[in-house]
Amino acid sequence: MESSYLHRGFALAVTATIALAACTQPGTSPSAAPSGSAAPVAQRGAGGELKILYWQAPTILNPHQATGTKDNDASRLVLEPLASWDKNGAPLANGLASEIPTVANGGVAKDFTSVTWKLRTGVKWSDGTPFTADDVVASYTYQCDEAAATSTFDVCTGVKSVTAKDPNTAVVTYSASQPFYYQWGVGFNSPILQKAQYANCLGAKAKDCPADLKPIGTGPYKVNTFKPGDTVLYDLNENFRDPNKPFFKTVTFKGGGDAASAARAVFQTGDIDYGWNLQVEASVLKPMAANSTLARLLTAYGSSVERLLVNFSNPDPSLGDKRGEPDTKHPFFSDIHVRRALAMATNRSAVAAQLYGDGLAGKATCNLLTAPEPMNSKNTDSLDVCKFDLNAANKELDDAGWAKGSDGIRAKGGVKLKIVYQTTVNSVRQSTQAILKADWEKVGFSVELKSVPAATFFTNTSPDGANHFWADVEMFTNSGDPDPTSYLSSTASCKQATGKANNWNFGNYMRYCNADYDKIIDQLRTETDTAKRNQLAIQANDILTKDVAVIPLITRVAPTPDGVSKALKGVDPSPWDSAMYNIADWSK
Amino acid sequence: MATTQARFTTAPVKADMLRPPRSLWTDAWYQFRRHKLAMAGLGVLSFLILATLIGPYLWQVRMDALDYSIALEGPSPDHPFGTDNLGRDLFARALWGGRVSIAVGLSAVLIAITLGTLIGALAGYFNRLDNPLMRLTDLFLSLPILPLLLIVIYLFRDPLRAAFGPEVGIFIMIVTVIGVLEWMPVARLVRAQFLSLKQKEFVEAARAIGDPDFAIIWRHILPNTLSPVLVAATIGVGGAILTESTLSFLGLGFPPDVPTWGRLLYDAQNFIEIATYWVFFPGFLIFLTVLSINYIGDGLRDALDPRKT
Amino acid sequence: MGRYIARRLLIAIPTLIVISFVIYAILALAPIDPLSQFGADPRVPAEVRERIRESLGLNQPWPIRYVKWVTSMFRGDFGVSFMSHSSVGDLIAQRLPNTLAVVGVAYVLGVAMGIPVGMISAIKRYSIFDHVATTVAFMGFSVPTFFTGLVLIIIFGINLRWFPFIYSSTLQIKDLDTFWLQIRQSIMPITVLALFNVATIARYVRSEMLEHLPLDYVRTARSKGLVERLVVLRHVLRNSLIPVVTLVALGVPTVFGGAIVTEQIFRVPGIGELLVTSISNGDIPVVATVVFIFAVLVVTFNLFADLLYAVLDPRIRYA
Repeated sequence: MESSYLHRGFALAVTATIALAACTQPGTSPSAAPSGSAAPVAQRGAGGELKILYWQAPTILNPHQATGTKDNDASRLVLEPLASWDKNGAPLANGLASEIPTVANGGVAKDFTSVTWKLRTGVKWSDGTPFTADDVVASYTYQCDEAAATSTFDVCTGVKSVTAKDPNTAVVTYSASQPFYYQWGVGFNSPILQKAQYANCLGAKAKDCPADLKPIGTGPYKVNTFKPGDTVLYDLNENFRDPNKPFFKTVTFKGGGDAASAARAVFQTGDIDYGWNLQVEASVLKPMAANSTLARLLTAYGSSVERLLVNFSNPDPSLGDKRGEPDTKHPFFSDIHVRRALAMATNRSAVAAQLYGDGLAGKATCNLLTAPEPMNSKNTDSLDVCKFDLNAANKELDDAGWAKGSDGIRAKGGVKLKIVYQTTVNSVRQSTQAILKADWEKVGFSVELKSVPAATFFTNTSPDGANHFWADVEMFTNSGDPDPTSYLSSTASCKQATGKANNWNFGNYMRYCNADYDKIIDQLRTETDTAKRNQLAIQANDILTKDVAVIPLITRVAPTPDGVSKALKGVDPSPWDSAMYNIADWSK
Repeated sequence: MATTQARFTTAPVKADMLRPPRSLWTDAWYQFRRHKLAMAGLGVLSFLILATLIGPYLWQVRMDALDYSIALEGPSPDHPFGTDNLGRDLFARALWGGRVSIAVGLSAVLIAITLGTLIGALAGYFNRLDNPLMRLTDLFLSLPILPLLLIVIYLFRDPLRAAFGPEVGIFIMIVTVIGVLEWMPVARLVRAQFLSLKQKEFVEAARAIGDPDFAIIWRHILPNTLSPVLVAATIGVGGAILTESTLSFLGLGFPPDVPTWGRLLYDAQNFIEIATYWVFFPGFLIFLTVLSINYIGDGLRDALDPRKT
Repeated sequence: MGRYIARRLLIAIPTLIVISFVIYAILALAPIDPLSQFGADPRVPAEVRERIRESLGLNQPWPIRYVKWVTSMFRGDFGVSFMSHSSVGDLIAQRLPNTLAVVGVAYVLGVAMGIPVGMISAIKRYSIFDHVATTVAFMGFSVPTFFTGLVLIIIFGINLRWFPFIYSSTLQIKDLDTFWLQIRQSIMPITVLALFNVATIARYVRSEMLEHLPLDYVRTARSKGLVERLVVLRHVLRNSLIPVVTLVALGVPTVFGGAIVTEQIFRVPGIGELLVTSISNGDIPVVATVVFIFAVLVVTFNLFADLLYAVLDPRIRYA
């Protein structure tokens, strides 16, 4: 028993993954509302139980108080946004809006300052009361009140108001021209709460709100039982607007455990219909999925990219308070040749082949911004920093005057190329570390590996954290935002450099600073032409790759490599929205 | 050791008669030697230690050489323990990692039982110390280990690394952490034995002839508390070897590329069906180590027990 | 004796206050963070993070938070979980039955089987039974519990399909069928834990009995013509029980603490699982409460052990 007390650490290791869920992207061509067109007409409630397994358990069913994908997904069965994001990052009218507003249909103002949403008529909450535009307004009031400290607050930035024009029309007004006009209202960041239920949960009272455990929604299912951190049981919602849906009478959403046994439950025993984020070594997952008659693996690509960050500040502990501050300079990574050599000695295709199963869980990429497709740069593949070439890397360092010492480590002016390379505790990541270390050492770097539990890695309070970045190279996955502006800006703009002054809360962990890059970001904030926006995003991406601020490695299957029963129909994953975005269409 | 053994074995019959008067320790060694399982345990353990110490110099394959073309191959003459998913030689890795694992297992347990025995003996023998020491034990038993470990890393990793270098510094930290977190059961066990034994006649007798407290504790009571301590120690070695790898998941242990036995086991877990050998060898090595220590403990207890002949 | 108990109970109060302070201090200073779940997500920018932190009361100095927590705990209010916004008391109440049904049962089984196994091993030392028991026990100590669990899952869960390996906490026992299902879903986790417990207890019993078997009083009892079984049960076992009592007293609180690894593998939503996810989520109210209840049990059961020593060996006296 004592030893199990100590083994807490293992469990942490199991929970150690990051891949943040889907993100969204300005929709360019909204698709017609195909709600109900996906599957052949099925009988409501004809199916029995649908079993969903997540290895992280939902702890709260209010997406605005969510702490992770698990909460967003578990609440999506109940709560719906106005519209969802489809596969290509375009809005899809399968939610509370009857159609997608566009400039063409007059729903979006020509100057991009307001969006008029037409709501479906006759929609009822699961308690039988009617849904109106007032609910949309109330939901906005709840979500965008600073005192409520909602985790989805980011979509409120720049929103001036949400008002009800009539019971079936809601108007979102932005304070300035907003090229990304679907920011509020679409996707997993904007589900609509019931006004009546949340009347007493506004502002500071939001932190202690019983409705968060049993929300009333308009979605296809309603909560029967919720055990936080364990299981949600749902019943079908008799008041759901589509009389033929949903197909399943009940849904069990079970959380906990580890990815490997979840994969077994999906592929080998079929105990589970839908298994989330089966992050297991590709050499294990591949045969498991290939040999399975029961289930298949979902693969869709979004903007999740596993990347290496190069530190531009000096992480030397002897600097004391100045350690890793944006105004310090890295002893050798401030030399572009060293960064370039590191990039050229990085064998991303070996990582992709050995660990990600070449397309099973991810593919090699040299872009930080991989999606949506029009923003995926085609320029980087031909760059020398994107090609694995140890000779070129050696030459780069030789030419720059970094000479190999007797210990095989290169040095110049007494500075040795000694790297601490940190990432989270995760078996795939530790194997990646091993692969990269072997090559980097061949060109004269000395590499010390470090792995930190995810909970410590992703916090601004730990010196071992990604935010402090008190190491030389670090690796994790992150994904793009609805509009790449905020993603690109927070990742690498000068203003976003993290440090003591902002309590390590900012997103530019590298402390990279490049005026050209910042100029592009500023243009992105105002540019309204789609083609030009794509061009700007590509330029920004290319700068980061060429300048070796980041070394992108793998574009990962997104939202996550999920396993789904072959009998289950209608599952059509979108990397930009919750995995459950179209659960009303699922059937067997 | 080898020479002693040789001398005894060449003249087994005469040994008893020709032997000079025996001291406690030579006597114990003599007894120990007659315990076959204990000797076997000692042999296996010595072999493992030797193999991990000099093996990496004899076995020329590098433990971190990657070769994807031979990934996940079973045992063969070239790779007696097979290869892992990156084609690294598991035999070389097991030899290399075994050093660390055995050293951590033995030292951590030594710290834990020394500390535990000391505190247990003091608490059990001196009434005044009983309450404060046992409440301290309660406190340690109640500590939330994981957050505590995170604090330890936060506070001590960099200073220790700076003082002793990355490897020794981390070794000291791991061994201390395991030792400091595992002494409490030993202390409770030893104290309970002391409470019972200090009332016994032989202790009364020792006290009556004026033996000082220290001598009574050391010479009379402590040897009689040995058996639960030895059990705790043998169980503890396996635990410590596994705990070391757990700690490395907290960022407290060795860097992720040091292939300790525990680490090899964890790395292998998802491959258990595809590559059973990967799981088998490190598990078997830990098993051998722990089992041989157990039999050494068995023999030691018998050898130190004056009632046995 | 009565005075001793009274004194110990009085001492327990300041002890627990000190322990609660140390626990809280550790949690407050450890680099665990309720916001770490947001990872590097750019959609949760700096101001939002600060605001959430503030709304959780984390911007107050931790000694103040400690005083608030301790005083409300005395009123029976354990606080509200950061993650789920539900009362910590409710969360624990939801988890406890699962932990008791699995970890508790495994512990009772472990003790009940460990003592006889240890006895037989000692009496028939180096018999086949003893060798098998020793080998199995040390195999258990050589691999982590998650490994034993994994092997069971692969054999009985996947290949033979005898037992489900995803524990359902929502199963309601209404009839024989559901009762049978409950047994089937608990068998594997219970086995893993019970094996470990049997092995541990048996090792201690065996070694302690070996210590006592050759002693004079046993010889005396035997020479008085007592039946061997009585000698063993009445004299040797009783005198060998002190370490076992110590161990069991140390073990009972850990039953409440749950078996973290086993619960995680089999997805038993017990206290251990709650604790570990709460730690990685930085959910301090939950962690502090669980650890504190654990501390109360440690103090209580060590007191029980001390009292039992005196029963087992009447010569033991506490001043």
